[in-house]
Amino acid sequence: MAVELMKGNVALAEAAIRAGVEAYFGYPITPQTELLEHMAKRMPELGRAFVQAESEVAAINMVYGAACTGARAMTSSSSPGISLMQEGFSYIAGSEVPCVVVDIMRGGPGLGNIQPSQSDYFQVTRSAGHGDYHAIVLAPASVQEAIDLMVEAFDLADEYRHLVFVVADGLIGQMMEPAELPAMKPIRRPRGDWALTGADGREKNIITSLELNAPDLEELNNRLQAKLAHIREHEQRSTEMLTGDARLIVVGYGTSGRIAETAVKQARREGMKVGLFRPISLWPFPEKRLSALADQVGAFLVVEMNAGQMLDDVRLAAGGQVPVTFYGRTGGMVPMPEEIYDEIVTQYNKLTTSAV
Amino acid sequence: MATTAMVEEKVVYQRPESLESIPTHYCPGCTHGVAHRLVAEVLDELGVRERTIGVSPVGCSVFAYKYFNTDGAEAAHGRAPAMATGIKRIMPDRVVFTYQGDGDLAAIGIAEIVHAATRGENFTTIFINNAIYGMTGGQMAPTTLPGQRTTSSPVGRDVELTGFPIRMAELLSGAPGAAYVVRRSLHNVKEINRAKRAIKTAFEVQLAGLGFSMVELLSACPTGWKVTPPEAMDWIEQQMVPYYPLGDYKIADGVEQLAKRR
Ligand SMILES: Cc1ncc(C[n+]2csc(CCOP(=O)(O)OP(=O)(O)O)c2C)c(N)n1
Ligand code: SF4
Repeated sequence: MAVELMKGNVALAEAAIRAGVEAYFGYPITPQTELLEHMAKRMPELGRAFVQAESEVAAINMVYGAACTGARAMTSSSSPGISLMQEGFSYIAGSEVPCVVVDIMRGGPGLGNIQPSQSDYFQVTRSAGHGDYHAIVLAPASVQEAIDLMVEAFDLADEYRHLVFVVADGLIGQMMEPAELPAMKPIRRPRGDWALTGADGREKNIITSLELNAPDLEELNNRLQAKLAHIREHEQRSTEMLTGDARLIVVGYGTSGRIAETAVKQARREGMKVGLFRPISLWPFPEKRLSALADQVGAFLVVEMNAGQMLDDVRLAAGGQVPVTFYGRTGGMVPMPEEIYDEIVTQYNKLTTSAV
Repeated sequence: MATTAMVEEKVVYQRPESLESIPTHYCPGCTHGVAHRLVAEVLDELGVRERTIGVSPVGCSVFAYKYFNTDGAEAAHGRAPAMATGIKRIMPDRVVFTYQGDGDLAAIGIAEIVHAATRGENFTTIFINNAIYGMTGGQMAPTTLPGQRTTSSPVGRDVELTGFPIRMAELLSGAPGAAYVVRRSLHNVKEINRAKRAIKTAFEVQLAGLGFSMVELLSACPTGWKVTPPEAMDWIEQQMVPYYPLGDYKIADGVEQLAKRR
């Protein structure tokens, strides 16, 4: 496959197609609409299902239905639409069917704006709907990584029969970057033995999240939690740069992680021992690696495009061992590398002065 | 002279294969059970049980998937038509149906049913209109009759404040993608037999790929209405039928031929 210049949203859509998505249901919303539009063109061409739903509520329930048949199914939206889908997320998690959701986050609360933001971190990593669960959440920082994680998202969804998010923001969604798409995977057949395909020569299959009997529902919850514990143990993903001798580590994901990278490199040029830690899985949060780093580092500086959400997870992982400070922009404002650099200098100086 | 006649035993009544043999949770006199049986008989007669996927609603019939001996899913409140859309788009050769109450279909899920019908989604909807929210203890539904007492319209439904009951068969008959939309009732044997024929036609419409099909069934909720089961049957006939006339609201091209073929 050749490297070509691609817009993030289109790359996400085409990567899903290459991963063998059989059904896409969605509703237009900026800044993810190019994803839906690419699907509108490509899915019918390939004889796969595409429906522009009447709402995000309908879209996620169509995904739920298609996923019940064992097909790879997905939707995409942006913050206000994700709020509407929460009902469906919860049912999907409760009935353990696999599906993938893309959230190209925008500034909030409310209608907010369409500028890049990371303000849905809590919404997607905590439970993404009512009930007691976590979805798997992956956050790419480039168009190439968006493609790679999109493919991985479908594999994870299938492996765990679980809800998987790929979250980015309008910057990654709208940005043109050179990237390489994977080869087309064949559509997965046969369906899982749990899927709804008609009870032909077998007992009937039921997909439900309903269990009225409390002891039985607790047992279902225990099973779900055991699965999530396994995911937590085995699926933490992160990348890091210049952390070996770092006294200060900047922690950022997606776009903010990428901008922080520029600032960290500049700080290094100025002789400061600064590194970057970029979570790729937001849930499970890469706490194992981060708490190991907490043993060797003087402080963490968390950078987000929100008022401090992942900050909680970094604090938990740091376990009070080292100071954790925060720099963030909200409302769709994207931090400039210089702003982050200045903050690095401030925090780094605190470290060096406190050391003497 | 004594003769020994061989009396051949003939089965005149048995449980359809498409219906499970389990205790019912429906109240005495509730016609959800009758509707279940009719659907199950039709699935048997059409020989499609093994390739049918049912979508249950939220409401008293939330456990419909336990009663039907077919693959089944449980939808969120009102979302069964969206789920059925997802299922049918992936598996167009399977028989897909939703079974929904009036709160489910005509209130919280009205967008999903209207758009499924408009798109002409090729599945069948069995719509139970009992003029009340049964499961949550008898609150006003969009189908509650003017003046009807419910726990949330304690002095009777005041149309000045709450509007008039919604007539779904009439409304959906206007959807271009709807092929077969009719209203029947379950209040006596004659109507039950007519209801069954309509359910059969609805599934045949789906099998022929003609588009969306719905059978609205006027149904008894003696518990919610706070009447006896026989009174409930009379109430359907005397109160509901005048407001919800029985009849065929949309018969698209090709549907008549299906009935004749039978
Ligand atoms: C989102 C949501 N809102 C409300 C409820 C509570 N609820 C359960 S059943 C029901 C009404 C069902 O009434 P109907 O559809 O008329 O069915 P019936 O019980 O009369 O058969 C309601 C409001 C719910 N389960 N989910
Ligand atoms: S409450 Fe009404 S609808 Fe529900 S089972 Fe009882 S009679 Fe039937």
